[in-house]
Amino acid sequence: MTVGILSRKIGMTQLFDDGNAIGVTVVMAEPSTVVQIRRKETDGYDALQLGYQEVVQERRITRPMLGHFKKAGVVPHRHLFEVRVDDPARYKVGDKIGVEAFTKGDKVDVMGTSRGLGFQGVVKRWNFAGGPKSHGSHFHRGPGSVGNCVKPGRVVKGKKLPGHMGNRRRTMKGVEILRVDAEKNLLVLKGAVPGPRGGMLKLTRKGHG
Amino acid sequence: MDDILRAVEKQQTKQEIEQFSTGDIVRVHERVAEGTKERIQVFEGIVLKRSGGGTCEMITVRKISSGIGVEKIYPLHSPKVEKIELVKSNHIRQARPYFLRRLRRIR
Repeated sequence: MTVGILSRKIGMTQLFDDGNAIGVTVVMAEPSTVVQIRRKETDGYDALQLGYQEVVQERRITRPMLGHFKKAGVVPHRHLFEVRVDDPARYKVGDKIGVEAFTKGDKVDVMGTSRGLGFQGVVKRWNFAGGPKSHGSHFHRGPGSVGNCVKPGRVVKGKKLPGHMGNRRRTMKGVEILRVDAEKNLLVLKGAVPGPRGGMLKLTRKGHG
Repeated sequence: MDDILRAVEKQQTKQEIEQFSTGDIVRVHERVAEGTKERIQVFEGIVLKRSGGGTCEMITVRKISSGIGVEKIYPLHSPKVEKIELVKSNHIRQARPYFLRRLRRIR
């Protein structure tokens, strides 16, 4: 059984586990609705298409999307995503999947978009050591030499250089769930997860993209 | 969003904590595990600092132990901190009385 949900990062705090303080991330996930069921026979794979966050005003989404939701007979949602399942027959369109799909101690993969840090130099982006700050040094935070001369006469592919950092999709694998609060739709995850507070996160059971 | 976070923290913060502030003299009862046994160690001193909020709140307590200044930093809401007693309330002018570190003798 594979289940995944979309959620939003609320923030980090610390909790105690018999004297040891552990950094945790609190994540809120209102239940997602099954909009469509993908079957091996028709689509080539078994998955659920889920909708997250109901749309209040219908004009907020495009007409084609509205038609898709109308056909399924569910309230329009702002976000659509898919999760693979082994047993699609267990679900039907309109079912709700919330935080209770997970239990304490489960391992999940957390997918999110990392914080965008803009154009960064080589010291921050690739942990280059940089040069001495003083004592007559003219080499401070620059990337230094990027290659040889006539042979090979070009910069090798993949050379670590300054550029845009962050704002990329990142997945944390095997994050432990420490607490499930079905009443408030909250999950408490061990450690840090990608993205800023309020950022979207997709949680799936460990090892099931 | 912060309210939700505070609510999660609240499940683990201690409900009754004695009111005290920096400059006060407190007695911290800490549960220390020795082998399989557990005993209570008491550390009495002056509060230099209270920092952080929610479950992350920490206190720094300073005392002079056989002529040497000793400071211990405790997480206020740790289950290892059994209780904190207020011994004496002092009025000080500084928010954080770090000047005590430079004094020859205190108490």
